[in-house]
Amino acid sequence: MNILRDLFKDYRFVLSFGVLLILLALAVTASFCPYDPSLTGVVPRDMRPSAEYWLGTDSKGQDVFWQAAFAVRNSLIVSVIAALISRVIAILVGMVSGYVGGMTDRVLMFISDSLLVIPLFLILVLMSMLLREYMNLFILALLLSIFGWAWDARVIRSLILSLREREFTKTAILSGTGTVKLVLNEYMPFTMPLIFSTLINNMSWAIGLEMTLAILGLVNMNIPTLGTMLNWAISYQAILLRHWWWILTPVLLSVFLFVALYWLSVSISEYLDPRTRTQRVGV
Amino acid sequence: MAEKKKTILRTDKLKAFYILEMHGTQKIVKAVNDVDMEIYENEIYGIAGESGCGKTTLLKALFNDIVPPLRLISGKIYYHINWDKEVDVTTLSPEEKRQLRMEYISYIPQGSMSVLNPVLKLKETYKDFIGSHLGDQSQEEIFELARKQIQVLGLPKNILDVYPHQLSGGMRQRVTIALASLLKPCIMIGDEPTTALDVVVQRGVIQMLKAIQENLKNTIILVTHDMGVHANIADRIGIMYAGKIVEEATTEQIFSRPLHPYTQFLINSLPKFGDKNVRGSVPGNPPSMADLPAGCPFHPRCPHVKEICRQQMPDFCYPDENHKVACWLVGEGKHG
Amino acid sequence: MNFLKRYLIPRLIQYLLVIFLGITAVFIIPRLLPNDPVSTMIGVMQARGQQLEPGAIDEMVTSLKEMYGLEGSWWEQYVAFWGRLIRGDFGVSFFQFPTRVDVMVARAMPWTLGLLLTATVINWPLGNIVGGLAGYYSRKRWSRVLDAIAMFVRPQPYYILAFALLLLLGYAVQWFPVAGGTELGRKIAFNWPTIKDIIRHSFLPALSLVILGGAINFQSMKLIVQYVTSESFVQYAKLGGVTEGRIVGRYVIRNALLPQLTGLALSLGQIFSGALITEIVFSYPGLGSLLFNAIVNGDYNLIMGITVFSIVGITTAILILDLLYPLFDPRVRYT
Repeated sequence: MNILRDLFKDYRFVLSFGVLLILLALAVTASFCPYDPSLTGVVPRDMRPSAEYWLGTDSKGQDVFWQAAFAVRNSLIVSVIAALISRVIAILVGMVSGYVGGMTDRVLMFISDSLLVIPLFLILVLMSMLLREYMNLFILALLLSIFGWAWDARVIRSLILSLREREFTKTAILSGTGTVKLVLNEYMPFTMPLIFSTLINNMSWAIGLEMTLAILGLVNMNIPTLGTMLNWAISYQAILLRHWWWILTPVLLSVFLFVALYWLSVSISEYLDPRTRTQRVGV
Repeated sequence: MAEKKKTILRTDKLKAFYILEMHGTQKIVKAVNDVDMEIYENEIYGIAGESGCGKTTLLKALFNDIVPPLRLISGKIYYHINWDKEVDVTTLSPEEKRQLRMEYISYIPQGSMSVLNPVLKLKETYKDFIGSHLGDQSQEEIFELARKQIQVLGLPKNILDVYPHQLSGGMRQRVTIALASLLKPCIMIGDEPTTALDVVVQRGVIQMLKAIQENLKNTIILVTHDMGVHANIADRIGIMYAGKIVEEATTEQIFSRPLHPYTQFLINSLPKFGDKNVRGSVPGNPPSMADLPAGCPFHPRCPHVKEICRQQMPDFCYPDENHKVACWLVGEGKHG
Repeated sequence: MNFLKRYLIPRLIQYLLVIFLGITAVFIIPRLLPNDPVSTMIGVMQARGQQLEPGAIDEMVTSLKEMYGLEGSWWEQYVAFWGRLIRGDFGVSFFQFPTRVDVMVARAMPWTLGLLLTATVINWPLGNIVGGLAGYYSRKRWSRVLDAIAMFVRPQPYYILAFALLLLLGYAVQWFPVAGGTELGRKIAFNWPTIKDIIRHSFLPALSLVILGGAINFQSMKLIVQYVTSESFVQYAKLGGVTEGRIVGRYVIRNALLPQLTGLALSLGQIFSGALITEIVFSYPGLGSLLFNAIVNGDYNLIMGITVFSIVGITTAILILDLLYPLFDPRVRYT
C-alpha cells in the first residue's frame, strides 16, 4: 500500500488512474443496456445528442452511448486477454532464455528478434483475412498475443541475466535449490514490477492494433469495439454527413484510453527505476 | 626550519550536506561536517579514511563542484588565485568556475572509471580540454607540449591516436594524469587514483605523480584509504572520520606518533615487514552520516571512550608544530 | 579481415535466415488456418451477389487453386513457391487480372518509399536533436512543455493520428487534399506543377508520420540523454571545464545516438507498418492503399506479394543500418 501512496504523488498516475476508472465504469454500465447491442434500428436514426440520447444515435439506428459502453468494454477485454497471454509467453521465453543460456538462448532470441523485424501487421492482415468468420473477441486476442511477446521477452531476459550473476543466486544454488523453484521464488519479485508495466504497454498496443484491423474490416463487424464503431461510422459517411457525434465518440474515447494507459505505464516504470525515482523527487 | 609556506586553498567551517527527499521524508547526510583546512603550495596533502567518511564529498567541495542534492550549508572555500588575495569560490559565476578548471585546479579520477569519451580519439579529447581554455594560437603550442609530455612521462608515442577502449586501465589512468597536469595547474586533486589498479601500475602512477609535482612544484591533494600510498607520497596527511578532520600532521608524525585512537587503528592495521602478529582492525562499523551519534562521532568504537566523549564534540588542540588533533584524550582544544 | 569475419559474416547469415524464416512463415500460415484462400474467395464473390452454378464453381476452384499455387502436396507447393519467388513471380492479381503482382507492387513502391524516406529523414534527426537538448536541459520549462506534448502524441496508433489530422486539416479547415497522390487525371511528369501537386498531397501523410515518429524519438532520446549525462566521462569533461556546447554535442548526443541507431533498426518494421496504415487513411497511392484494396477484394496473391516484398525490404534496410553502425561506434570497429 505504501507503493500506491507513493505513486499517487505523481500527477500523471493520478490523472491516468482517474480516467481509467471512468472508462472502466463506462464499460461496466454496458451490462445495464436495455437493448441487445447487435440489433439495429432500435432507436431513431441520426439523432443529435440530447437528454434522451446522451451521445446521439447513429445511422444504423443504435444509441451511440450504449454502443460506446460496449465498445470500451470489448476493447478492454480483448486487450487484457491479449496482454495477459503474451505476458505468460514473454515470461516463459525470457526466463528460460536468460537462465538456461547457450543454444536455447540463441534460438529463442533469434525467433524473438525475427518477430520484431518482420512486419507483423501484414502477417496479421493475412491471418485475419482468412479467419474472418471465426473471429470473435477471444480469437482476436489470441492472435494479438502471439505477436506481442517478443520485445518484453528480451527485456525479461536481460533482467534474468543480471540476476543470475548476483550473490543470492549462487547461494541458492549452493544450498541445493532446484532450478524451477529458484526461478519462480527468487526471481519473481524482481520481475513482477517489470511485467506489470509492460502489461499496460501491451494493452495499449493491442487496442491500437485491434482498431487498425477493425478499420480495415478484418474483424467481426457485429461485435462493437472501438475499432468497429469507427469503421461503421466511416462507411456510413459520417464525416461528410457531419454526424460528428458518431465519429468523435470512438476517436476521443480511444485517445483518452491510449494516453491514460501510457501515462500509467510511464509513471509506474519511472517509479520502479531507482535512478529516475530519486531524480524526480526533491532537489 | 623551513620557511612558512603560502596557503593556496583554505576552507572555513565548511558544511556540505546531501539533502535527499524520498516520497515525503527528508534525509540529510552530513558528509562534510564543519571542516577547516589549510593547504599550502608545493606540497602533497593526503586525505585518509574509510569508505563513507565523506572524503569524496570533501573533494567535490574543494573542487567547487557542489551540485544538488549536495548543498553548501555554511562556510567558505578560498582559492589563492593571484597570490595576494583570496577568492571565495562559492560566489563565482558558472563561467568563472569553468575557467578555473584545468588552469588553476584539475581533477584526477579514480583508477577504475572510464572517464574518456568512447567515441573520440584521445587527441580529440585533448583538443576539447585544451580548446575550451585557450585560444587557437596557444592551442598548437600546447598540443606540441602534450606530445612531448607524453614521451617524458614514459607513455607510448602514438597514444593520442587511439581510442580509449584500446588501452589498458593503467594506461588510461596515466593519460588522465598527464592531461590533468598539462596546463600547469596550481592544484591537482586526485580521488583514489590508485584504487582498482594492480600493484605494478599503482607504483607507476605514484611515481608519475611525484615526478609531476617535483617538476611543477604545485600542490596535489590526494584522497585514498590506502595508508601505504600516503606513506609513499604525502607530505602531510589529514585523517577524516564521519565528515570531520580528526587529526592532521606531517606524514612522519602520523606514522610515528598517531594521537587519535582512530588514526592509531589505521596505522596499526598496516602490515610491517617481519611482524607476524595478527593485525587488528577498527571494531564496529562507521556511522551513517544521516544519523550521527552525539558528541564525538568515533566514541561508539573508541576503546578509550570517556563520558565527555559521548556528550561533546572535541575541539582541536595542537600538541606539536604542524600537528593538530581533536580528541578529549589529548586535551581540551579551541576550535581552529 | 578480422572485422569482416567477426561481424559481417554472422550478420549476413542472420539476414538470410530471417528472410528464409519469414517467407516460410508466410507460406505456412495460410495453409494452417481453417479457411483456405479459395473458399474465402468464393465466399467473397458470393457475398457480392455473384451467382455461380455448381459446375462453374468447380471450374473456379480449379483455376483459383492453380493461381494461388495450391495444387499438389505441401512440399511440391513449397518448392514451386520458392522457384517462382526467385524469378520474381508473385502470380497475378485476381481483381486486376491479368496484371502481375510484381508490376503492381513496383508501381506503388516509389510512393511508399518516398513518403517513408522523407518522413524518416526529417523526424529522426529532428526528434533526436530536440530530444537530446530536452534531455540535457530537462529542468527547463520548454523541455517540460515539449515532454507533455509528446506524452499525448506518442501513445496514439498511426491510424488515429492520421485520421485526426485528416479531420482537422482536411475537413475542418480545408487546407490540404484528403485523398490521392496527385489530382485525378494528372499525368505524372517531371515538371514543377506535378511536383508541387505531389507535395501538396503528400504533406498530410508525411506530417502524420513525422509527428508520431518525432514524438517517439524525442522521448526515447530524452531518456537516453538523461542516462548518458550521468556517465563518468561526461562528469569528467565537466570537471575539466570543457565548454557546454562541446559537452552537449560531442559527449552527450554523439554517445546517445548509438543506442538510438540500434533502436531505429529494431523499429523499422513498425515504422513501415505505420506508413502503410497512414497511406490507407489518406488514400495515398502507395503499398498501403494497394494492400487495402487487396483486402477488400480478397486478392490473395497481391497480399502475399506485398508481404513477401515487405519482409525482404525491411530486413535489408535493417541489415544496411547494422552495417553502418560500426561507422559510428569505434568500439565495434576495432578490437
